[in-house]
Order: sequence, then structure tokens, then C-alpha cells
Amino acid sequence: MADNPTYRLIGKNFTPPDIEAKVTGASTYSEDFRAEGMAYIKMLLSPMPKCRVRNIDASAALAMEGVYGVMTADDVPTFPNPGEQILSNEPNFIGEPILAIAAVDEATAANALELVRVEYEELPFVLDPLESLYPGGPDAYNGGNLVSSLRIEEEDELGDIGVTSHKWTARDFAAVEEGQLPMGEPIMDWQYGDLEGAFNDAALVLDETFVTACNSHHSMEPRSAFSYWQNGKCYVHGSTQSQMFVVPGLANFIGIPPSELVYISEFCGGGFGSKGAAYAVMAVPAHFSRMIGRPCMLRISRAEEYYLGSARASFQGRAKLAFNAQGKMTGADLFIVQQGGAKNPFGDFGAAGGMVSLVYTPDSMRFRAIPIGTNTTPCGPQRGPGQNQMSAAIEPLLDKAANALGIDQLEIRRINASNHDTLTGGPVRQKVSSSYMLNAIDMAAERFDWANKFARNGERNGSKVIGVGIGQGYHSAGISGFDGLMRILPDGKLHIHTGVGNLGTYSYASTSRVAAEVLNMDWDNCVIERGDTSKHLPWTIGQFGSLTTYTMSRANYAAAMDMKQKLQEIAAMDLGGNPEDYDLANETVFNINDPAQSITYAQAATRALELGGKYSGEDPNDTNPLTQASVAGLAGTGLIGVARDTTPLNEHISAMVATFVMIELDIETGTYEILEFVSSGDCGTVNHPLGLVGQLRGGACMGIGMARTERQIYDPQNGLPGSVGLYQAKPPSYLDVPAFMDVSAVDQPDPTNPMGMKGIGEPPVGAAVGAVLAAVSNALGGHYFNRNPVTADMILNAASGREQSHTPLQLFTQ
Amino acid sequence: MRPQNQSRRNFIKGIIASGAVVSTGGLMFVSGCSETTTTPAPGSVERLISLNINGTIRRVDVLPNETLAQTLRNKLGLTGTKIGCDRGECGACSVLIDGVPNNSCSMLSHRVTGKNITTIEGIASPAGELHPVQRAMIEELAPQCGFCTPGQVISSVALLNNNPNPSREEARQALAGNLCRCGAYDHYLNAVLRAAEEIA
Repeated sequence: MADNPTYRLIGKNFTPPDIEAKVTGASTYSEDFRAEGMAYIKMLLSPMPKCRVRNIDASAALAMEGVYGVMTADDVPTFPNPGEQILSNEPNFIGEPILAIAAVDEATAANALELVRVEYEELPFVLDPLESLYPGGPDAYNGGNLVSSLRIEEEDELGDIGVTSHKWTARDFAAVEEGQLPMGEPIMDWQYGDLEGAFNDAALVLDETFVTACNSHHSMEPRSAFSYWQNGKCYVHGSTQSQMFVVPGLANFIGIPPSELVYISEFCGGGFGSKGAAYAVMAVPAHFSRMIGRPCMLRISRAEEYYLGSARASFQGRAKLAFNAQGKMTGADLFIVQQGGAKNPFGDFGAAGGMVSLVYTPDSMRFRAIPIGTNTTPCGPQRGPGQNQMSAAIEPLLDKAANALGIDQLEIRRINASNHDTLTGGPVRQKVSSSYMLNAIDMAAERFDWANKFARNGERNGSKVIGVGIGQGYHSAGISGFDGLMRILPDGKLHIHTGVGNLGTYSYASTSRVAAEVLNMDWDNCVIERGDTSKHLPWTIGQFGSLTTYTMSRANYAAAMDMKQKLQEIAAMDLGGNPEDYDLANETVFNINDPAQSITYAQAATRALELGGKYSGEDPNDTNPLTQASVAGLAGTGLIGVARDTTPLNEHISAMVATFVMIELDIETGTYEILEFVSSGDCGTVNHPLGLVGQLRGGACMGIGMARTERQIYDPQNGLPGSVGLYQAKPPSYLDVPAFMDVSAVDQPDPTNPMGMKGIGEPPVGAAVGAVLAAVSNALGGHYFNRNPVTADMILNAASGREQSHTPLQLFTQ
Repeated sequence: MRPQNQSRRNFIKGIIASGAVVSTGGLMFVSGCSETTTTPAPGSVERLISLNINGTIRRVDVLPNETLAQTLRNKLGLTGTKIGCDRGECGACSVLIDGVPNNSCSMLSHRVTGKNITTIEGIASPAGELHPVQRAMIEELAPQCGFCTPGQVISSVALLNNNPNPSREEARQALAGNLCRCGAYDHYLNAVLRAAEEIA
């Protein structure tokens, strides 16, 4: 990526201030903290996928030396069904916490757990949403299988989530006999264009049932938490994808107002969506600490992380796709049944429809979907929730269509690619702000040398065969409405406050550089205040949803413009003239007509303290109450720049990636090497080149995992999860991904962002899973699995003409 | 019925119950171990032991069933060594034992008396000068979330100590025991090759 000549800092690499601590071991994650007299917690987790706790006898445990206390569901607040619970007497997944014991050390707590006697009432459970939808099928939640508020027309204004029992008719299930997805009453149903006409006039119609896998997040740092109370405030060290975004939710779990919570999360050892919002188990040490008057550490084990962490929801889907003779997708009729998991499901199902409408731009489309609760690990958002499952499902089908129509596989993607005029699907259609997807496809195709590489598709060398494939990924990439907050101190340094979080994307720092760019600050004179809410942080989005770069560059731009205005006003006050007579350069405010007339930022900060009012943060502003509280905490320390991003945003921000791979597949072992990997993205103006390529490659690794190995498995008899270790759940290692990945970006500005930036974190996942699955299908001469992952066993079955061991709609397969 | 992860505890309890800490340990913990330790049977084990960590002798009270990762993190304040899985699958807890990378979560502390242990805190010079591997990882923006990074550094340093000029494929094989969910593999490999150039 070429240097961006427009900016001093934007488009340039820099050394993030936290990175040295990561390579020296000085970085502190939540379980690295210690305190005098601290207690260690172990939890009793539900042994059954759905049960009711009849009785708990913890007397023997409490009598053990070194045990400080036992905490049950009766000691903590409960939350509306089927939301997450801190502890539960009615657990509905294996691994849901029932009680906790705090002791002098972890071994004592674990030994004490062995003495607890619990009587359970076993209840019927369900793993497969279709089984729950069948008449008389079990319901995963108490009182139903569907979160009723997900029906838009039934949204309860009182905020009670509420559940209903939703069943289809036995007649709806007739399609199962033919290996097709049954399609009963959905809860989401939207349509645009002349769908009937598209299918009537189509040159080709595909009607494909598919399954995408449920897979874990596998964050390397399990969700451990440490907590204590001091001077009426609750301190929590947690692992989350933001500092500020989690504060209201975590305070709610603890049962205190946000002002009484000090939240520290300077480092986060991976989240990928699973630590985006506050989660219930993080409140266990806070409640226990209050109960026993000691600091409490809850260390979550790897297996516990798999039980109660989070997972990407599986889809059982059906796509009817109509194409004209040129390969244009003229109609798409999509139906998604989402595995809801044990708790309130994330909206993967809705995102699936949006993805198809934007990536394949069908002239007409109908989308129907329903999420149904299952007694499995709760399904939260995972990097591209909904969108990336669709890349896995649809990308190989595009090749199937191209082959049937005699069209080049690159060309069918080009002809269907979005452009600046593309509209989203959905009940309300929205234009994209920009789309350079065609440029991304062409850039990657050229770097990959598509025509020559595709000519090698199917080339045999002994048992090895070459496969080539293309994949595309999409995610929305920005919203508005968050706050920026910064200070110039009398020493002239700019302190940029951010609650974004530190997931490793370094966007907390790269979006802070927007402020330094606007204010013409030397980056060495900037300090980022972050990691701890006692540092007075603004209300910011977290590091999720590919949102940070777009959203926080806008918010920091707004606050920097507020700072600029105040600098100009102070200069005009002291030097005469109007504020607009002044501009900023070299950390001074100077008169445009007479540059000798100037004051330094340091002088302006000192003047701000004399002036008071809005200049030093003493006046109210129209930001979020949490930001206002932070401004109050900073008042009188320097010149304050603070603003909410209120610039209107009426368009949809879209980021996309195109990926090309070449694999060498061994039909005698079913394994393959990814020989070449080329990827290009549309992420607007490139802000931080090394950070960007890190996201493009890292996302691709997750996509490769989705394509090759990652899935949750459950024992259908007892509902026991079978993928609760890294070696069972199989995230990719060095040896599963290419030794080198060529990644690049179109680097064209988006018109709705002051610097032209958009996010990019999630689309690389979808592009990679789509490309790898497409390459496997191409290597096998056009065998389509209609599911992910495609494992070595499945490839061997396909290569030798054997039937697969799973049925078309089966979930949680090997 | 309880699904809580007791496998590691049970594993260690099993070893202790068998009364065969030494002989079984020698089989289970393959690398960096010798049969020279004369640990007596559990119950009479000497708990106050000396460990040579980052060039300093540390006296520490260690239980018979305590892993090196636990001792480092809980007794010696060396929390740079991370526990990602506690069962030898992820490599986040890697330390050097006599120059050989080992999973410290799967090594009993009593097994490493008399050996030179290097943790992530001992990779930079005592004066704080970063190792070429650490500098290269910063240059390449290799760490993302950073949780696996100490282990990646340890494995990279061990590789370059043994093979100062590795190929990308050799580096890939040498680091294959260190999982990174952020998928920063490419960047870690770039860093290893950059550090090799600097060392040469």
C-alpha cells in the first residue's frame, strides 16, 4: 500500500504504545492481578443440558478448612428468561454455572466442590432447532423456544424478553424426506423485486439445502475475572473488547450504578465477538467479593471457556437462486433456521439476508428466517455473525452456477458485485455509502494471476490434485453517535481518552491518531488514556462489528474539531480578530493573515484553566452521561475537546474482501495444503497499514479454520459437548494456514467518513472460508458439500464416491 | 456427572495416588527431563526448593503436585508466562529449560531443580535491552491480542539459538506448537526471519 500523501499520520505505520509489554510479558490480563488476602473461586457447572436444581447441600463444603463461602443463584440477581444468568437453579446448557465456592486457594475450592450434594430434576432437552420446531418437540428455554421480542411486530416496550413456543406443522416437514430444509412459519420475512418473474425467466435455478457449523471462539485468554470493593466502588479486572461499552451491562449484572464501577481491561486476550458486551460470569467475583469481604479471582479453565464461553450459531438453510444466461443473479429466495443456543440468540439470521443482498446484489429477493433455542453453548456473535456463514454456503454455489452456465468463476462474481448504488435488503432498504468491491476483486485476481491459475484447476500429480477457488466476505463497517474526548495539558501534550478496548487490532491507537492529525500534533507529544475507567474515558464503541475504525475516527474527529474551535476562540480572545482568522500548525494556533501572531497549545491550555467554563470542562455538554461524568472528572486539568458524533449518517457502511486460493488436495488422505493465498479488501482509506494486513491475514486464518476443521460436536443421546479442548475444537495452527498470505487494499476513501475510513475486521473471514471451500469443490471436479467444515473424511468419501456419514440437515457432525 | 474440567487435577491426583511421581513423570513429561531428580515419595517431599530462573536462584515453597507454570505465576510473580489451556495444547506457557522450549503447564516444578529456566521476563537483557526477536515482533506488528506472544517469543528464541538462519518453513515447523487465535502466524514468521537477519 502506497503512502497516503494527503495526511501526516493517516496511512503510516507506527508503534502502538502497548506492544512492547506484549513481547516482554509485562502486559497484564485479568488473571495476572493479585491482592492481599484474595480468595479463589471455582464453580459447579450444570452436568445436564436442561435441568432444575431441587436441592443443594453445601454444608460439608462450608465446613472445610480454607473455604470462605458458598454462593448460589439465591444470592445473586436474576435476569429475564432466556437471558444469561450469573448462577442458575434452572440451567439450560451443560456448563451453566449453578453455584460457586470461594476458598484460600483454587485446590481447596475445587476439593470443596466435590463435597457439594445437588439433587437435579432432569428435563427434556433439544440440540437441533428443527427437532424443537417439530410438533411436540422439546423447548430449550423455560416456556418456549423462541425469544418473542425477535418478532419485530411483537416487540415489548417494557423490555421483557419473553419466550413463546413456536412449532411448525408435520406437513411442513415433508421436505426433510427429500433432504431439503422444511420451511414453516418464520419470524423474519422481507422481499423486494419481482421474485416470481425472476424464477420464471431464469436460465438456471439452483435449489440448495445447506448446513453451516457452530464453532467456538477459542480466545486464547479464557474469560477470567478478578474483583474487589474499595471505598464504595466495585473494581473489576475483566477480559472484554472495550472498556466503556461493557460498563452499563456489567454494572447491571453487579447491581450497582455505572458510577460505582471501576472497570480495568488494559489487555484482552482475544474475544472475536464473545467478549463484546458484558457477560454474566464476569460478575461472579464481584458478588462473591461483596459477600465475603475479600478480593476474589475467578480463573476460567480452557474447558470452562468452551462450556460457557460462546459460539457461532449454526445455520440450516435453503437457497433458491435464479440466474440469467449471463450469470446475473436475478432472484434469491433464502430461508435460514438459526441454532439459537441456550440463551438470547444473537441476530446472525438477520445478517445472513443482508449479506446475500449486498454481496450478490440479486435483482429480486425474498428472505425468511427464524432462530430457535437449543440446549447448547449460548450462541453469541462471532466475527462476521451471519455474514460469514453465508460466504461458506453461497460461494461454492456461485461456482456451481457458473459451471452450469458456462461462465468463468471470476466473471460471475464480477457481474454480481456491488457498486456505489447498491441497496441493502431488509424491511428498509438503504444505499451503501461506497463499494469498491469490483476493484477489490480485480486487484486480487490480478495479483493471483487468475486465468493462468484457474487453468491449472484439476491438474493431477499422483494422488495430488490442484484446486483453485474464490471467496467473498462482507460486513457492515461503521455507525455513528459515539463520543470523543481529549485534553491538552499545560505542558502542551495531547491526551486522547478512549474506551475502545485492546483486542490487538490497535484501532484504539490508530483512531486516536485522527485527533492528532486534525490538531497537527506531533504523535510523540500524544498520550493515549485507556484501559481503566478511572482514567475518565468517553462513551465509545468497542472493538467489534468492524465498527471501531469508522465509528471512532468520526467521534475523535468531532472532538478534535471541538478542540480546534476552542483553540481558535482562545487565540482570538487573546490576540484579537475572529476565531476563523486562526489555523493550527506545529502545535500552535496562528493568525492566517499574520502567522507571527500565535500562541502555543501549552499556552492555550493554561488560558483554558483561567477561562474555565467549556474550555476546561466545567460546562455541561450534549454527550452520553458516561462521557459527561468523565469530563467532570477531568474538569480543571487542561483544555477539553469533547463531542458526540452527530454528523448525519443515512447510508449503509459496507466493507468487503475478495480472496483467491490455490490448494493441493491429496485424494488418498483427504488433506490439503493451501499453496497460494491472495486477498484484497475495500476498507476505505487505509489508516494503519500493518494493522490492516494483520486483520486481513488473521481473519483469513479464522475463515480457514471454518473451512477445514472447526465445529462443535454434541453427543445426541445425552447432549454432552465433545469439543471442549483445543485439540478437539481445532482452531488452525501454523501448519493449517499458508506460509505466506498476499493481502492488499483498494485504498479508496468513503465519502461519509472525514478521513474516508471504513472497518475491515470481519469480511476476511468469510472471503477465506468461501475461497477454500470453493477450491476444494473445484479440486474434486465440482462436488458440492453444502456445509462447513469440509473435513478430510468428507473429502475421502467424496473422492471415492461413498455416501457421507451425515444426513443433509444434520448438525454437530464430525 | 459434573463436567467441570477436572482432567488436569485428576491427572495430577492420579500420579500422586500411584506414588510414582518420578517414574511416571519421566515418561509423561518427555522433553527437558532427566532421571537424575531424587524426589522422595509424596508426603515426605522437600517443599522448599531452589529454582534457577532467569539467572537468579529463587527459593520457593512448592507443593509436590505444582506445575512450573503455577509456581512461576503464583509464587514468583512471573505472570508473563500465560496459561492458555493448562494441558500442553497451546504453547502460551512456553519457557526454556536448559535452552529447550517446554510447556510449563505440563512440567512439575520439582522436576526442574538444578536446571536453567528462562521465562519471557528473562529474554530481554537485564538492562532492559530487547532481544532481536522481541524487536522484530514489534517491527512486524506481530502480536495482536498478545496472550500467546510470550510463548511465540520463547519458541522463536529457542529456534534461533539452535538454527540462526532458518527458512520460513523451518520457522513454521518450529513454532507449530504455539497457537494464535488472532491468526498472526504470518507476522510472527516475518519477525523470526527479520530477527535472524539482525542476529547474522
